Amino acid sequence: MGIDQLYEAWSAIPAGDLTFWQDAYVKFYNAWFYQDRWMTYFKGLGTTIQVTVIALILGVVLGLLVATVCTAHDQQRRGHRNPLLGLANLICRIYVTVIRGTPMMVQLMIMGYVVFASSREKTMVAALALGINSGAYVAEIIRGGLMNLDPGQMEAGRSLGLGYVDTMRFIVIPQAFKAILPALGNEFIVLLKDTSLISVVAGKEIVYFAQAIITKTYEPMYPYLITAAMYLVLVLIFSWLQGKLERRLRQSDRR
Amino acid sequence: MIDVKNLSKSFGNHLVLDNLNQHIYPGEKVVVLGPSGSGKSTFLRCLNLLETPTSGIITFDGTDITDPKCDIDQVRQHMGMVFQHFNLFPNMTIRKNITLAPVRTKRMSQQEADDTATQLLRRVGLEEKADAYPAQLSGGQKQRIAIVRALAMRPKVMLFDEPTSALDPEMVGEVLDVMKQLADDGMTMVVVTHEMGFAREVGSRVLFMDGGHILEENKPQEFFANPKHPRTIEFLSKVL
Repeated sequence: MGIDQLYEAWSAIPAGDLTFWQDAYVKFYNAWFYQDRWMTYFKGLGTTIQVTVIALILGVVLGLLVATVCTAHDQQRRGHRNPLLGLANLICRIYVTVIRGTPMMVQLMIMGYVVFASSREKTMVAALALGINSGAYVAEIIRGGLMNLDPGQMEAGRSLGLGYVDTMRFIVIPQAFKAILPALGNEFIVLLKDTSLISVVAGKEIVYFAQAIITKTYEPMYPYLITAAMYLVLVLIFSWLQGKLERRLRQSDRR
Repeated sequence: MIDVKNLSKSFGNHLVLDNLNQHIYPGEKVVVLGPSGSGKSTFLRCLNLLETPTSGIITFDGTDITDPKCDIDQVRQHMGMVFQHFNLFPNMTIRKNITLAPVRTKRMSQQEADDTATQLLRRVGLEEKADAYPAQLSGGQKQRIAIVRALAMRPKVMLFDEPTSALDPEMVGEVLDVMKQLADDGMTMVVVTHEMGFAREVGSRVLFMDGGHILEENKPQEFFANPKHPRTIEFLSKVL
């Protein structure tokens, strides 16, 4: 008997008369196969990936920018302070403080219902909000990496006559990047999972479609479990890629 | 070659260098001795502006390097520096460590720099390490590479900041040998060190510093045989 016939046979029986496994089968069928519902999860998955990638790029660009400004500001020689850099630094500090000091969910709602209240492209608005949020954390991670590197590395580069930019580019940033990769990977996983929040502003990702199915079947268990499983698989794939990259960067550590 | 006038440096309220005057002539090997915290490293680091002096003027080859308009990167290309903790770049091979600066500052083509690196590595007996990473080397080897890296820029003066203090006793010799060789070739050197033997043997002048002052300076033979300042006598009686 095929899966469809099995479903038809069992769903005709009143729920109270089914065995545990038969009942589970009917509910799962409703959550996944019925009217090709599985396709909507994958539609949501597509949005999740799309939003993650946009937010990731935005977050990294913003984070790099903010970290560069803050680090350059902190590393100025005494008596050589640049007022423009001071202003840029102030703006960056306020940005990081506000973003880190308010919940992700509240930021999403402010972006979705206040700043872009009239926008129809709520998914893009949500991606923007996530990117801005992620940027603040990425900035702090990058800044930590740059600050934690032995100052002797910067000194050695400069003592050879290399300029600040060259020393950063060839010596400091490659080493800092290697050091922050685990933290950065962690942040990206958090970002990936935070995309599940965008359903609050009607962003159409996996949770949104899972909830749509629940409103039809009145059965929350399987749609949510399927959602969880999809996120888990995404994170596993990402962690695997990160591990590969880390092993490659560890090349210079071999003894 | 390097002229220091009224150099003072303070960190916050703590005065580390107090109005120093000094002149370093071409070909000299100046050895700076003194207890920890006497300001000798700070003095050395002021010479290539790794520390910005609080006041005073430092002139290198006629250029006032303390002038804010001075292109310090340009000046540093002519002053090599060797650090206590080597500060090799762990993310690059030895060859890259040596050739990065000459190539990026456009002093040499990659080919020229590679040739220079090979030649210098041969001189310190580490030719076969060109493609190794710093993590694969011993402390003594790292410091010899650090010296080579500074030399690749063909500097006019070499500054050494306690180059043997972080080494196993066994490895001190190999680094000092390279430095002696360099001195014999006529390089102008300023060396902050605790190696009294090296000071006596290689130095052409010894400076003794304490509390941010140069308390005594003399030729090494005189300095060790006949210290004059009471603080010098006390210091030497403890270390010799």
